[in-house]
Amino acid sequence: MRPPPKSHTIYSYCADPSQIEGLKWLSCYLTTGKHINLYWSVLTVLALLAITAPAALAFGFGGATAARSRIAPLRWIGKTYIAIVRGVPDIAFFLFFVIALDQGIEYLRHQALCPDWDQPIRQGNDFLVCQAAKMPLGNAPQWIHEVYGFGLAVVTFAIVFGAFAANVLFGAMRAVPHAQIETAEAYGMSPRQTFWRVVVPQMWVYALPGLGNLWMVLIKATPLLFLLGVEDIVYWARELGGTKTTRFTDYPHPDWRIWYFLALLIFYLVFTYVSEKVLDLLMQRLTRGQATTGGEAQRKAT
Amino acid sequence: MSCIQTIQDYGLRALGIGERLLPREDFTLCEQFTLIGSGMIWNVYFGLTALVFGFFFATALALGKASPRKILRKPSEWFIFVFRGSPLFIQFFFAYFLFLSLKSQSIYLDSLTSAWLGALIVLFFNTSAYSAEIFYGALQSIPKGEVEAADAYGLSGWKRFKRVVWPTMLRLAWPAYTNEAIFLFHATTLVYISGFPAFQQRGDSLYYASYFAAKTFNPFIPYPILAGYFILLTLIVISAYGLVNRRLNRHLPADRRQKIRLRPNLIR
Repeated sequence: MRPPPKSHTIYSYCADPSQIEGLKWLSCYLTTGKHINLYWSVLTVLALLAITAPAALAFGFGGATAARSRIAPLRWIGKTYIAIVRGVPDIAFFLFFVIALDQGIEYLRHQALCPDWDQPIRQGNDFLVCQAAKMPLGNAPQWIHEVYGFGLAVVTFAIVFGAFAANVLFGAMRAVPHAQIETAEAYGMSPRQTFWRVVVPQMWVYALPGLGNLWMVLIKATPLLFLLGVEDIVYWARELGGTKTTRFTDYPHPDWRIWYFLALLIFYLVFTYVSEKVLDLLMQRLTRGQATTGGEAQRKAT
Repeated sequence: MSCIQTIQDYGLRALGIGERLLPREDFTLCEQFTLIGSGMIWNVYFGLTALVFGFFFATALALGKASPRKILRKPSEWFIFVFRGSPLFIQFFFAYFLFLSLKSQSIYLDSLTSAWLGALIVLFFNTSAYSAEIFYGALQSIPKGEVEAADAYGLSGWKRFKRVVWPTMLRLAWPAYTNEAIFLFHATTLVYISGFPAFQQRGDSLYYASYFAAKTFNPFIPYPILAGYFILLTLIVISAYGLVNRRLNRHLPADRRQKIRLRPNLIR
C-alpha cells in the first residue's frame, strides 16, 4: 500500500537541501519520502470512508430489520444493538472493540488450531494463545500487520456507525406511510414481499437527512483511526511536525506541528463543506415529486 | 486492603490527592471502580464549566448569526462553521500546539498548555458553536404572532428580547440542547488522549480505563465500568434538563409541551 521512496527522485535540484532556499526548499521538503507517506495516509482515510460507509449501512440495515422483526429474540438483539450506543462515549467503544475483536479472533483460532493446549488463556495480566493462533502470525511481513490493523479499524467503525445507521433506518422504515403497507397487504403480498417491494424502496427519502448527517459525523470521526493504532494523518502530522535537527534530517526545522494541524483542520473543513453541498443537491433531487413538505415547496416554487 | 481504604487512597487521585503511585498489579474491581470514578471528576468539571460559559456565548453567537447586520453575522457564521465543520480531535491537537507556541511568548500564558484551562477553552468554543446553531434554529422558528404581540404591547429592544424572544427560543431549543449537553460530556473523554498531557497521571475516567486495559490486556472490565458511569451521568443530565424543560413549558397545555427525546450520540 505504501511504497516508501528512499531518496529524492522527483526534482533533481533537491540533491543538496542545505544550498537551496525559499519556495524551492519548500518544494523539496514537501516531497520527501515521509511526506509521501503522509499523502498516502490521506488516501487511507478516504479508503476507510469508502469501505466503512457501505459496511455501516449494511450493519444498520441488518440492525433495523432485526429491530422490527416479528421474532422476539431477533427483535431484542436489534433493539439492544441500537440502544447500546446511547449513553456511552463512542471513543470508549473504539478503544474497547479493537482489543475485544483482536482477542476474540485469536481466541477462536486458538480453539480451532490448538485443541490440546491445557493452560488457561488469561494468566494474570496476560492474554496467552498458542503461536499458531496469533493474528497476524509472528513471522508475517509488515504490510500484513498494517492491513490487519486497518481491517480491524474498518470493522470497529462499521459496528459503531452501523448502530447509528440502524437507528436512522429504523425511523425511516416507520416513516413510510402506513396506507402503503396496508395496500400491499390488500394485494395479497406476504410480509417479506411488502418489506422488499414497498417499504425498502420508499424509505430512502426519509432516511437521507439522517444518513447525510451521519456521513458528516463519519468524516469527523476519521482522525480517531489514530487511536486504533493505524498510521494515519494525525500520526504523520505529529511525526513530521516535531522539531528536527541536522543530525537526523537534511531539512532541519523547529516545531511545526501547529502548521501541520492547521493544514489538517483546513482539509477537514473543505471536505465537510464539499460534502454538505453535494448532499444538498442530492436531497433536492430525491425530494422532487415526493409527497413531503420539501417536495411540496419545490412544486410551489416552479 | 479493604475497599474503604482503596477509596480513601484513590477516590480523589485524579486531583492529585491521596496515594501517589497508581496500583501496578493484581488490580481489584474496587480499585478499578474507584480510580475510573475519580477520573469522572474531570469529565464533570470540563462538561459543566464549558456548558455554563458556553450557554451565554452561544446565545450571543446565535443572535449574531440571526442579525441583519453583516459585520455581526459573518464572524458568527464563520465561527460556527469552523468549530462544527472540523473534528474536535483535530481542534484539540491544533489548540495544544498553538498554546505551546504562545507559551514561549509570555509567561502569563503558562497554564494554557495544561488541560484544565487549554482543553476547557477548546470545549467551550466547541459547545458554543454547536449550541449556537441549535439556538439559531430556534430563533428562526419563534412564532411570528409572539413577536407581533410583543410589538403591540410596546416592548422593544432589550425588553422584548428578555421577556418574549429569549424564553421562547430556549423553550424551542431545549430538547436539542439536552442532547448537545450529553454529547459534550461524552466529548470530554477526548481531552487526555489528544495532545494534552496528564500531569502526574491525573487524568479523566477514560485515561484510567485505558490504563487498566493496557495493563491487564482485558478490556472487558474497565470499559463497561466506564460505560456504567457515563450512563449514570447521562441520566443525571437528562433529569436535570428535564426539570428546566418543565419550567420552560409550564404555561402551555399538557399536550403541547415538548418532550425531550434522547437521540443516539454522535461524534464531533
